[in-house]
Amino acid sequence: MQTIDAADLDYRAINEALREAGNDFIIEGCCGQKFIAAGMSHKNLTINGIPGNALGAYLNNANITVNANAQDAVGDTMNEGKILIHGNIGDAAGYAMRGGKIYVQGNAGYRAGIHMKAYKEKIPVMIIGGCAGSFLGEYQAGGVIIVLGFHKDNKRIVGNFPCTGMHGGKIFLRSSCEDIDFPKQVTARSAAADELDEIREYLSEYCSDFGYSIEELLSEPFTVITPDSKNPYKRMYVAN
Amino acid sequence: MKIEGQIRIPSGCAISAAISKDGNKMSGEMIINSMKPMHDRSNGLGGGFAGYGIYPEYKDFYAFHMFFDSRDTRKKCEAFLKECFEIVKSEIIPTRKIPTIKDEPIIWRYFVAPLNSVLVSLQSEEKDFVAKTVMKINAEMPGAYVFSSGKNMGAFKAVGFPEDVGVFYKLEEYEGYSWTAHGRYPTNTPGWWGGAHPFTLLDYSVVHNGEISSYDANRRFIEMFGYKCTLQTDTEVITYIMDYLLRVQGLTLGEAASVIAAPFWSTIVAKTDLDDRKKHTYLRTMFPSLLITGPFSIVLGFEDGLMALNDRLKLRSMVVGEKDDKVFIASEEAAIRTMEPYAENIWSPAGGEPVIVKVKEGAF
Repeated sequence: MQTIDAADLDYRAINEALREAGNDFIIEGCCGQKFIAAGMSHKNLTINGIPGNALGAYLNNANITVNANAQDAVGDTMNEGKILIHGNIGDAAGYAMRGGKIYVQGNAGYRAGIHMKAYKEKIPVMIIGGCAGSFLGEYQAGGVIIVLGFHKDNKRIVGNFPCTGMHGGKIFLRSSCEDIDFPKQVTARSAAADELDEIREYLSEYCSDFGYSIEELLSEPFTVITPDSKNPYKRMYVAN
Repeated sequence: MKIEGQIRIPSGCAISAAISKDGNKMSGEMIINSMKPMHDRSNGLGGGFAGYGIYPEYKDFYAFHMFFDSRDTRKKCEAFLKECFEIVKSEIIPTRKIPTIKDEPIIWRYFVAPLNSVLVSLQSEEKDFVAKTVMKINAEMPGAYVFSSGKNMGAFKAVGFPEDVGVFYKLEEYEGYSWTAHGRYPTNTPGWWGGAHPFTLLDYSVVHNGEISSYDANRRFIEMFGYKCTLQTDTEVITYIMDYLLRVQGLTLGEAASVIAAPFWSTIVAKTDLDDRKKHTYLRTMFPSLLITGPFSIVLGFEDGLMALNDRLKLRSMVVGEKDDKVFIASEEAAIRTMEPYAENIWSPAGGEPVIVKVKEGAF
């Protein structure tokens, strides 16, 4: 285990230190350095402090644990590996990710899982413990997004315009979603037992990562959202 | 000093703010430091700060901060000011010579009060007269720019990285109860001194990360009311819109936020609170040309507080945190942690959701 004191290092210096021999690192005193571990493989990294934007961008099979909040664009275009956040994440988490896992204990900002995609055995998974902001799964093309709603305030489990432009993949929300408006081109329905079985493995892993009970987690109803291919997405941005 | 059209430097941004609700003074050093972890969000073509409560000894006078391209321009402008204003103090704004800030214009400040006789003869309200004077100088006096015109506040801006701009203006020597900061990455307009943020009018100041796609529609509307967009940067129009909505039209901060970051009609129609629905319908109908589209996160500074606001689609990041009497706002949590490592209640406001922080009555 090697320790990197990030107090006086910029992101280039941190990534150079990470690229050196050895697989296990702790970064102490991180404060806003972006692109940490970008494109890296076979590293186990723990971060204390606040990592900057695009943490684990293009990550290619490394494990990152953050003991705080993370900023925007966590796991941008990541390919493989796992990012575990003991806090909240900013906007556009998992932007275009095509593999690997992002597990978040707290809430997500806007546009979590924007343009996630999947191909054959590559299925990216994002689990958000609290609530998610607006535009969850915008333009989602593949992969699985799960929101658990463990947050304590009265916020809805997801903000406005979820699944806008979604044309692939699945979203699971641990809620009956009576107060959520979904766009016309997706189908939202109560998740069946076999659909929950599909994600049970991820949920169990999440529970062991953060110390929750899987039985309690599954004691609430889940809503599953999938695109409706008969009624494809039409643009929303141009007409106000 | 060359302006847009004569040169063009095509080249994101960073914003930060801190305020004490109890009116406790903070030196400019903290807000300068907050920009350091966000260094890469700027490209060295603009940085600036606004401080409130920094001129207590002249708090009853408008503080004009000005750029001049030559001594002649300054003399001409001073002669013009003397016709309508009492100038109680005029001086060079103290700066440091540092290698990172070059080609500075002549930077001067005046503490002024409009002459009562002038106000009476023009049947003009004081603030209105001051605002019109600022517009007149900026539009009609080549080479002279008023970049700050409020009472007991001031903007300080330059071409450079914000942390260098703060050192250049010796901001550690000023103390204010509220500060905003900006690091610029100009995308459409040149990085020149007048184009750096904050953009101010009277005591309103705006720092902005983003790019307004509705700029020209907003500009055409607001110029009907005597405002003139002379600084060729989209943010300028936000400042004038806020002055128009808040000072001239008398809207509340929340209402002004609902005008410029109006919810989608679908969101308004879906509101179950009927009064709220009616209010939003009214505001969107009354001020359709002041809807600001495109990405923005802004912090508006005013005499007794700050308002932070994101565009309704939240296309830019903004984080808020608190500690004791202080509230911190920034593009990134790292900036807040730099100002206050133990900041609490870190959260991201939703798109179009204003965060309004006021200094206690009597504390400023």
